[in-house]
Amino acid sequence: MAMIGWAHAGPSVLAAFLASLVEFVEALTVVLAVGATRGWRSALGGTALGLLTLAILVIALGPALARIPLTLVQLMVGTLLLLFGLRWLRKAILRAAGIIPLHDELAAYRAETDLLSHSSLRMLAGWDTVAVAAAFKIVMLEGIEVVFIVIAIGAVSGLLVPAGLGAAAALLVVIALGIVLHRPLARIPENTLKFLVGVLLSAFGAFWVGEGAGLAWPGADWSILSLIAAFLALALAMVVLCRGRGAGMERSI
Amino acid sequence: MSWIAAAARELVALFVDDGSLAIAVLAWVAVAVLAVPALPMDGGWLAIALFAGLALILVENLLRAARRKTRR
Repeated sequence: MAMIGWAHAGPSVLAAFLASLVEFVEALTVVLAVGATRGWRSALGGTALGLLTLAILVIALGPALARIPLTLVQLMVGTLLLLFGLRWLRKAILRAAGIIPLHDELAAYRAETDLLSHSSLRMLAGWDTVAVAAAFKIVMLEGIEVVFIVIAIGAVSGLLVPAGLGAAAALLVVIALGIVLHRPLARIPENTLKFLVGVLLSAFGAFWVGEGAGLAWPGADWSILSLIAAFLALALAMVVLCRGRGAGMERSI
Repeated sequence: MSWIAAAARELVALFVDDGSLAIAVLAWVAVAVLAVPALPMDGGWLAIALFAGLALILVENLLRAARRKTRR
């Protein structure tokens, strides 16, 4: 696997950190709701179970990537990154333009709290099964996205450790903020983060699809920076264009 | 078995939000892989064409979404 230089390392770590930050903030909201309504023991138990399952998945599936031919991995991962990145970018642009409403972490917290406080209590060996299941599900759901992003960005470019460290740093930041604040992180500019991550992942996806298809990017690895700039310029222009066409909602990135 | 179906749905939802966007991206990637290398063009231009196609797909999808919103 070719060693990729700083043109990839910086954006890789940044993309892993920012994407993981968004996912962990969403997971924290639900874990906090579970803890506040059903008790911390089951909330943290479900979280730990989810993290353990994710670790097993990474250990089991991670090495399998190394056995697939590089060009096939580049194509596969590039295509998935494109689908993932463009999906985030599309939604972030539409939210920034006021076409669809912004994600509200406090509203999500209230909805989850309401749902959990009305669910009946089912105990199993001293554990609240509804609480464990809710915490486990959100950690798995958001965690799988983090695992995918880290493996996709890191494995193909030989930067698995830096990308993993970026995700781990995001986890530590969110845990620290969660312990200190003890409430959902509503002030994190989630749509701006999703916008930037969408740009980064789309650029990586396009680059790896091109590499996998045997196309020669002008400037080789440095073209990743041009792709990031091009997707960013396009996305910003589309916010303005869509805002002009769409009605109403005022909040922007 | 319903939890397996639910998990599969969640997994697909990671990558597909708007079906037409996903189909267009997959189709363009297929074109890039299968057809474009056969074209008598410089590799650099083909790479730029790959980006241009993706950009067009995104622009068309966003404009369609914005139009749908204004029609409501």
